Amino acid sequence: MSALAGLRVVELAREPIALAGKLLGDMGADVILVEPPGGDPSRDYPPFVDDEPGTDRSLYWWHYHTSKRGVVIDLDHEAGRDRFRSLIGTADVLLEAEPRRRLGALGLDYVDLARLRPELIHVAVTPYGREDAKSDLPFTDLTVMAASGPPWSCGYDDHALPPIRGPLQGYQTAAHFAFLSALTALLYRSMSGRGQFIDVSMTAASNVTTEAASYSWLVAQRTVQRQTGRHASVSPSRETQQLCADGRHANTGVPPRQPREFAALYDWLKELGLDAELPEAVFLEMGANWEGPFDLSRIGSDDEITAIFGAGREGLKLIASRVSAQDFFVGCQRAGLAVGVVNAPEEAFEDEHFKARGFQVPVHHEDIDRTIVYPGAPYALTGSPWAISRRAPKLGEHDDEVFGELAP
Amino acid sequence: MPDSAPSPAADRPQALSAFRICDFTGQLAGAGATRWLASFGAEVIRIEDPVREGRWDILRGTPPYVDDRRGIDMGGAFNNHNAGKYGITLNLRDERAKDILTSLIEISDVVSENFAKGVLERWGFGYERLKEIKPDIIYVSNCGFGHVGPYSDFKTWGPIVQAVSGLTFTSGLPGLEPAGWGYSYMDHTGAYYMAMAILLALIHRQRTGEGQWVDLACTESALSLHGPALLDWTVNQRPSRRPGRPHANRSFWPPMAPHGIYPCAGDDDWVAIACRDQADWEAFAKVVGEAWCDGPTFATPDSRHANQDPLDENITAWTAQQGKFDVEELLRAAGVPVAAVMKPQERIDIDPSTADFGLWPTVRHAKMGDVRVDGQPAHFSETEWRFERGGPCLGEHTADVLTRLLGFSAEDVDALHAEGVV
Repeated sequence: MSALAGLRVVELAREPIALAGKLLGDMGADVILVEPPGGDPSRDYPPFVDDEPGTDRSLYWWHYHTSKRGVVIDLDHEAGRDRFRSLIGTADVLLEAEPRRRLGALGLDYVDLARLRPELIHVAVTPYGREDAKSDLPFTDLTVMAASGPPWSCGYDDHALPPIRGPLQGYQTAAHFAFLSALTALLYRSMSGRGQFIDVSMTAASNVTTEAASYSWLVAQRTVQRQTGRHASVSPSRETQQLCADGRHANTGVPPRQPREFAALYDWLKELGLDAELPEAVFLEMGANWEGPFDLSRIGSDDEITAIFGAGREGLKLIASRVSAQDFFVGCQRAGLAVGVVNAPEEAFEDEHFKARGFQVPVHHEDIDRTIVYPGAPYALTGSPWAISRRAPKLGEHDDEVFGELAP
Repeated sequence: MPDSAPSPAADRPQALSAFRICDFTGQLAGAGATRWLASFGAEVIRIEDPVREGRWDILRGTPPYVDDRRGIDMGGAFNNHNAGKYGITLNLRDERAKDILTSLIEISDVVSENFAKGVLERWGFGYERLKEIKPDIIYVSNCGFGHVGPYSDFKTWGPIVQAVSGLTFTSGLPGLEPAGWGYSYMDHTGAYYMAMAILLALIHRQRTGEGQWVDLACTESALSLHGPALLDWTVNQRPSRRPGRPHANRSFWPPMAPHGIYPCAGDDDWVAIACRDQADWEAFAKVVGEAWCDGPTFATPDSRHANQDPLDENITAWTAQQGKFDVEELLRAAGVPVAAVMKPQERIDIDPSTADFGLWPTVRHAKMGDVRVDGQPAHFSETEWRFERGGPCLGEHTADVLTRLLGFSAEDVDALHAEGVV
C-alpha cells in the first residue's frame, strides 16, 4: 500500500511548491492541482517535447506535476470560491504559495477554511513568511537564494567572478520543508484529530541550508569565503577538483592517509605502468609499508610523513591526468578513496548504478501514445511503493471527474 | 546574543512526542534528519562508541568553537546538528552493551543510521535481526550510493555526492570548470529526504501496522533534483554538457533576461537582478535611465535573451558604481525582483527578517553554555518546534536513559561504566 493512499491534497498551482505536491502524489496521495482559468504560467516553460512549443508540451510541467489530477477554479468569482470550499471540505492538506494576503482577501484563509474543515492542514509558502511585509515583494528563485545565503558560499577562487546560484534549488529547498511540514502535521493529526496552519518561509529554508556559513558566524562570528569546487572556508583550503584525461573533472576528496590506501594507490600506479613517471613513488612505497599509526598532525613537521602524504596527492594527480574521470572515480573507490566523477545530470542518469537501482522510470503517455522515461524515486521505501501514478494533467482535465465526486 | 529565555512554546503539544528514535546517525547527512524529528518532540537517542569517544562523527571536535576550549564536546557544528537530542554511549564490542541496545530497540519506533553499508550488520544489528527484536521496526539507512547496486560499497561525503549526481556540474559558468557547491548541500538535503522517509514510514506503520526498511541513497535524492534537464535528455536527447552551459545564474526555464548576479561597489559585494517579463524590464530600464536601455538590442524578451552578454556588460557598468543595498532599494521601489547577495553576518545579524522569524534560537549546551543554532523555517500553529537542549556531550544521557527507560539502577550504570560497557 502507498504510504499516503486515501489522503487528499489540494494544491493551488504555483512554481515554488510544485515539487512538494509531486512528492505527496508520488507517495500515493490524491493531489488535486487547482489552476486559474488559462492555466499556470509554468505550463508554457521550456524545454518542450521534440523542441516544439505548444499546449501540453512543457517538460518542465510534466516533471513537477506527475501523480496529480488537474482542475480549473476561478477564485476571483463567488461560484469558483464555492467550488473551492466544497473541495476543501474533502481535503486533508492545502498546499499553497499565494501572495500572502490574497486568500484572506478572498475569505479563503485558514481561519475561514478551518471552520469548514477543522482537521485541515494548511501549508502556506511565502518568500519571508506570512507575517513579514517583505513577502509582498516580487521574487524569483535567484533573488530568494541571493537573499538567504547559498550564493555567497558558491563560486570560484577568483572573486572577480560572481557568486553562483545552483539553479532551482531555492524553490526546491522550500518545497522540501513544505513536504516535511505536511508529513509532520499528518502524524500529529492522526493522534490528536487536529489540523493546523503552517507558515513556511522560502528564505528561511535556504538560510538554514548553508552548513558552515551560518554556524561559523553563529558560533564564532567568522565569515567563510567561496572557493572553486570545494567548501567555502574561513581559511583557504587545497584544491580538490582535478581535470582528467578526457576533459572531464573529478573531485579528489580526501587524499590517502592510511598505509592500505598508499598501498592501493601504489599498486594502481604500477598496474598502469606509471610508477616510473612519479618521482615520489618511493615515498608511496614507504607509506604502504608504514608501521603504526600514520600521524597526520605531523604533516609539515615530520619530513617522512610530509613526503608520503604529498606523494599520495601527486600520485592521484598523475593518474587523473592519464585516465578518464569515470575510470579515475571507479579506480579510486576500489582503492578505498572517496573520490567522485563530476557528472552532468544525464551522465549520472545513464550510469549503471542508478539504472540497476531502478531510477529510470517509464511512464506511458496514452494521449500521444509514447513512453517517456522519468527520473525515479528519491528514496527506496521497501514497504511503501513510490510511483508516478499518472502523467501531468492537461488544463481542466479532471474537472468533470473531481467536481462530479463533490456533487451532493 | 539573545537571552536564553524559556521558549514561548514550552507548554504547547509536540507533533512527534509519541515516537522514539534509536539513532546511530552522525555528521550532517544523518544528524540533520533526526534533528527535524527532535525539534518536534521525538525522543531521539544518539548512540556513540565510548572507546573511540564518538569520533566516528568527525564534527564532535572540529571548529567552529565558542572559545579557547577544545575537545570532543566542543565542536560547534556538532552542537548545531544535534540540538534537542539525547546522547548515550554503548561499547558494542561487549555483549552486555548489545543486550542494552536490544532492550532499547524493543521500545523504539525507528533505527536510523548513515554508516557505510554493512557496518550495523557487522555489529549484529542488520535489518533481519532488528525485525526479530521488534517486528514493526522502521529501519532507515542513508549512505551515498545506498545499500543496493554496483557502487554500494563506494564511500562518499557531501561534495562527492554532489559531483557524481550532477549538482556540481550544473553550478558553474560556461567555459570554466564547475564552481560546484561551497558546502555540503546534499548533506543538508539528503538529511531532509531521510527525515521525509522516516515520517512516511511512520505514517505507513500507523495505517498498516507494518514496519519497513528504507534504503536511502543520497546520490539518488540528488539526481531527482534535475527533473526538467533529465526529461530534456530522455525526450530530446539534449545533454546538459554542451557549449554555453551550464550558465547557473541565468534562467532558461522560463527564459528571463536580464537574470544574473552583478558586481557592486564595496568589498566583494554583489546584487541579484531578475526581470520576469516586459513590465519588469520597463521598470528596470526606467530606473537605470541610460541610452543603451532604449535601443532595439534589448527591446523585447527574445532580443534580450539572445543578447545577454552585452546586456550583462551594460548592467555591470551600472551596478559597479553603486552599493548593493542602494541598487536593491532602487529596484525594489520600482517593483523589480532584486536581492543583495547576503553575507552571513548580514542575513543573521542585520536583516531583521530572520530574527523576526525566530530563525536563530539559542540552546543551552552542557559545556558551551548558550549558543545560537539554525532554527526550522516553518511555524506551526498547534505544534511549534523547539530545541529543548544543546547537542549532547559524549554519554551525557547514558545514566538518564538507562535508568528512566531500561530499568537500570544508578549503581548498575556506574558499574557498567567502570567496566567499559557504557
